Amino acid sequence: MAQIFAYIVHKDGVADDTALELLTAAKKIDPAASVTAIVTGHGAELDAVANEMAKAYNEVWKFDNPALAYPNAELVRPLLVKAVPSGSIVLIAHDTFGMDLAPGLSIKMDAAFVPDVADIEGVDGETLKLVRQEFGGQVSTHVTADISGGAVLTPRGGVFAATESGVSGAVVDKSGEIGELSAKRRFIEVVAAEVGDVDITKEDVLVSIGRGIEDQDNIEIAEELAKAMGAVVSCSRPIVDAKWLEKSRQVGTSGQTVKPKVYLACGISGSFQHLGGIKGNPFIVAINKNPKAPIFQVADVGIVADILEFMPELTEAISEAN
Amino acid sequence: MEILVCIKRVPDTSENEITLNSAGNDIERDDLVYSVNEWDNYAVEEAIQIVDRVGGSVTVVTVGDDESEEVLRREMAMGANNGLLLSDDAFAETDGRGIATILKAAVEKGNYDLILTGAMADDGAGQVGGMLAAMLDYPFASVVNKIETGDDKKLKIGREIEGGNQEISEIELPCVLSIQTGINEPRYVGIRGIRKVASVEIPTMGAGDLGVDAGALAPKVKRLDYFVPEMGEGAEMLEGSTEEIIAKLLEMLKAKGGLK
Amino acid sequence: METVLISPAKAWLFFIPTWIFSFLIPVIGVAVFTYLIARRLAPLVRAAPDRRFDRIPGRLKQVLKIWLAQWRQPRYRLAGVLHIILFAGFLTLSIRSSQMVILGMVDGFVFPGFGGFVGVGYDILRQVMATAVFMVVVIAAVRRGIFKPARYAVPARYGKDHTAEAIFVLGLIGILMISEALFDGSFAAAAHQKGVHAEILVPLSLAWIFTQMLASTPVESLQSLHLVSYYIHDLTFFFFLCFLPLGKHFHVVTSIFNVFFMRLDKGNVKPVRYGVPDDKLDDLESFGVKQIDDFTWKHMLDFYSCADCGRCSDNCPANAAGRPLSPRFITIKARDQLFESYPVYPIGAPFTKASPLIGGIYSEAEIWSCTTCGACEEECPLGIEYIDKIVDLRRGMVDDGNVPQSLQKPLSALEKRGNPWGKMEKKRADWAKNKEFAAECEVKLVAAGDTAEVLYFVDSITSYDDRMQMIAQATARVLSAAGIDFAILGKEEKDSGHEVRRFGEEMLFQDLRAHNTEMIHESGAKRIVTADPHAYNALLKDYRDIPPTEHISQTILRSIREGRLRLKPIDTEGRIYTYHDPCYLGRHNGLYEDPREVLDAISGLRRVEMTRSRDRSFCCGGGGLMLFYEPEEEQRMGVIRVKMAADAGANVIVTACPFCLVNIEDAIKVAGLEGQMEAIDLVELVDRHIERVG
Repeated sequence: MAQIFAYIVHKDGVADDTALELLTAAKKIDPAASVTAIVTGHGAELDAVANEMAKAYNEVWKFDNPALAYPNAELVRPLLVKAVPSGSIVLIAHDTFGMDLAPGLSIKMDAAFVPDVADIEGVDGETLKLVRQEFGGQVSTHVTADISGGAVLTPRGGVFAATESGVSGAVVDKSGEIGELSAKRRFIEVVAAEVGDVDITKEDVLVSIGRGIEDQDNIEIAEELAKAMGAVVSCSRPIVDAKWLEKSRQVGTSGQTVKPKVYLACGISGSFQHLGGIKGNPFIVAINKNPKAPIFQVADVGIVADILEFMPELTEAISEAN
Repeated sequence: MEILVCIKRVPDTSENEITLNSAGNDIERDDLVYSVNEWDNYAVEEAIQIVDRVGGSVTVVTVGDDESEEVLRREMAMGANNGLLLSDDAFAETDGRGIATILKAAVEKGNYDLILTGAMADDGAGQVGGMLAAMLDYPFASVVNKIETGDDKKLKIGREIEGGNQEISEIELPCVLSIQTGINEPRYVGIRGIRKVASVEIPTMGAGDLGVDAGALAPKVKRLDYFVPEMGEGAEMLEGSTEEIIAKLLEMLKAKGGLK
Repeated sequence: METVLISPAKAWLFFIPTWIFSFLIPVIGVAVFTYLIARRLAPLVRAAPDRRFDRIPGRLKQVLKIWLAQWRQPRYRLAGVLHIILFAGFLTLSIRSSQMVILGMVDGFVFPGFGGFVGVGYDILRQVMATAVFMVVVIAAVRRGIFKPARYAVPARYGKDHTAEAIFVLGLIGILMISEALFDGSFAAAAHQKGVHAEILVPLSLAWIFTQMLASTPVESLQSLHLVSYYIHDLTFFFFLCFLPLGKHFHVVTSIFNVFFMRLDKGNVKPVRYGVPDDKLDDLESFGVKQIDDFTWKHMLDFYSCADCGRCSDNCPANAAGRPLSPRFITIKARDQLFESYPVYPIGAPFTKASPLIGGIYSEAEIWSCTTCGACEEECPLGIEYIDKIVDLRRGMVDDGNVPQSLQKPLSALEKRGNPWGKMEKKRADWAKNKEFAAECEVKLVAAGDTAEVLYFVDSITSYDDRMQMIAQATARVLSAAGIDFAILGKEEKDSGHEVRRFGEEMLFQDLRAHNTEMIHESGAKRIVTADPHAYNALLKDYRDIPPTEHISQTILRSIREGRLRLKPIDTEGRIYTYHDPCYLGRHNGLYEDPREVLDAISGLRRVEMTRSRDRSFCCGGGGLMLFYEPEEEQRMGVIRVKMAADAGANVIVTACPFCLVNIEDAIKVAGLEGQMEAIDLVELVDRHIERVG
């Protein structure tokens, strides 16, 4: 069986949630695998992440260099090509860094590439069977990958539950193998998203709206419900694209990551980019008029209804109850 | 600046429910209409705006069959100067890597400073741009939501990263960028625009013209089937009259701390 | 006979006979005026073609009614009456003013035919009119300068206040009246002193008052006053003439032409370019209006003719809702741009190269804000048009790809699927297949091979929108009950394209029209009926060579009259109904009474009228693609409308248009009037009250 590596994304000395999910994904490929985590970065923050990963992974390869302080896929890719033995399987989280790094890595490794993996069914000889989604999550598909020459996989965040393995792995400092680092793309800065009037990341209850709200004027209906519940209104990407709400209200991988206790998804179909912004396992109530909306697969409670009719009734019921 | 934009013809699924065909090996395509992939449309608009600023030309290319000509024409009506159709029976069964291989051959037939793709398409893979860059040894950036032209050696770009933040970097030309929606507001293409380019000859290149070996297109990744995932896994569906549903929901919300 | 006072034709100033001035002033005045008019005509000569020399009798009728009889003026009572007096005064005094000019050269000149009784009668009339005009000038100046009606205000974004110009011109008119009266008055006073018979002065007229005041003034002073007042009048008259083409008072000159050339039809849209048939449109280099020279010459004449009265904007629902559109300034801004591009000074100055209008004097949002409701055109006392200009500007934007994202999606869906939502064609007749409905009412489908006498053209919103499908079902039941043999096209029907055309996507509209026309012909139907006024207007005004089309309200009314449809008494108590005129049924097609008569055929139905009804109906927010457009606005038009209904004391708004129903039902929710106000379509109301036999 090929060797499996997991590339760990981290920030401010803390590994991303996906770090341990990759381990789960790896075990789904080969339950007996000894998985090696790869961390790149610089200084104390990197050390912290490496040590944290050693509690889960059998081995942690650490690549420390000032040039790696900010993750630049154009620098990391040649580093991995050099360090990872050919024929290996490399797991990278399917986030914006993974989208930068992984496709090219598969070419440089001459390995199969399966992006945005929703599930892994197992290996049969040289063939790995996986599940992906297409058409915005409306349909799923089984795919097979020929992994005889290795593979690069980018598992979707949040679908593989994190593994708490409790091993005591070794951190191997591979910084010496980095060699010369140069790239034709240079990081300049991160421009932070504008902060709006409310911080949805700190709220316990969110009334989140999507396309189902239909019209800018209907946002008021959601606001009234939120007011009755003591919650605030958040939204999915189309609402921000339509400029109906500020960017700071957007939940999702390209928006805010929220950790509420209760999440009311109103008229949201539930793309994984949206769900990627919901952490902390909240109680999710989905209200959608399409009974086949993917949101119902992840919600705790589902209601098939037109939110424009349901929300005002709920608001009224809550007001009456008080 | 000479810009190549790689585009794809995809079924327009935004308004209509997707169902599977009776064999279960494909989605039901009979009632679907096709258009250019939304992300690609932003990429073409961006290319046109860059050329408007600094001069040059925009070429749109797609790998597909004769029907794909339609999307090339649409993007030419938008303002792309040239179209290029890469079509061959040998291209039919390939994977993302194969598509990148074909595009690489097309890139090498031309002389492009900048190659744009959409950040993703109907299959949600977002792979071709990054693969193409690696094959060409060009620098690459994904989910780009801002491009500033400076001198003719490099670009200043923004990427849309997690948390709604924007990562700004500098990238040398030639390079490959995959474009995120929202980078611009694509212009409208009317019937009149499409008719204007209706009779423009669009060159077609096959495997032989491109010098692509069919063996290089053998897929490493294959799609086996399509299926609709089981509905309602986990979600307890509340049914009954609206009052009953609301009563149940209120109880649950109270229990979970959803009411203050 | 003794000379009472020396006339300007015979006086001397130092060693110069004054008739030289009397001669030079008109010559110079007319020369300057001719030059100004020539410059003003320059852009019209280069403008896009228009077709306005047809149907002369109809045009003459408009001149008599709207220009001469000032038909639309009294719609604003005070301002209208003041204007009618001014206008009548100008017409009357134009003869006197011309006579005055010649009097400066020919002593005692009288126009042929103005001797004897006619002359006496005219003299009395002109004195009365001059006095009336003077009084109007005073009232108007007080009104504009002190009371300042809101309608005349110029919002900051549209430029500077226009009050000074208005007051200045009132001043000029006042001077004309006073100087002429002094000319007469000084003569009469002198004649009196010399005991010579003078012309009759109407008591309390300006001239009479001056005569009284000057009764004891020495004759030498009266002689000076006589001459000075003559030249003040002469100079003011020609100054005023030359001032007219420089501002809003150009309408004094252009209005008669503008009214003669005004549009005779309603509800239609001008072709992309007059003289270019549809099949040659592809050869046009550019579509629509992109810069000022792209307007037609009539549209430019409109810009010159605007009197800045503000009635269009006062009635514009977009303006009332706080959208960035005020029709008055569509005109004023274009007029100012024309003046700037074709300068009159320095003499012979080159015409400046035109710049894009969008992003220049107009914003995109401004042009997309119009619902084409037609309230502005209905009101304009001068026959200035707006809809065709807006459509032409939109055609220009569409041609440049400059279309908001919110409209691109429905347009592309219309292109691909024939409806703005991108729903599947095969679901277009789903409303008719609904089990419960199909059990009680069978709808024939042309798509399935059925034929019928009447084709019910459903159109997109009524076919696909969950709520509006109820209108389709009600229409089908009403048609059945009236014993009408009808069918629908089903999946072969595409959007009528009414708004597609009015949003500037002419070629897509023509594709839709070609498809529907073919399907209508294939259906073999002899008549078409629709419950959607937008489809009605499209079929009537935009389509050609199709069977006669009527709106369901006409069909219902005829069926009631012919006894084929009987309605039960009203089934609800305590309801007060008001009828909201849909723009494309009322203003654009004049169907005001039919729907009201249908309502009144339901006995016991209590009906009130809103202040703004019939041709002053207030648009609910617009239909078709306007549902998709996301305007910048302070409030919804629909909300304003719903409040008007509430003010009228109604609690049910009846309309006869699916778009009105969507907008009004939404507005009731937004206004928080749920439970107190409801909306219903006329067909639904009729359907509920059908007396079904057996």
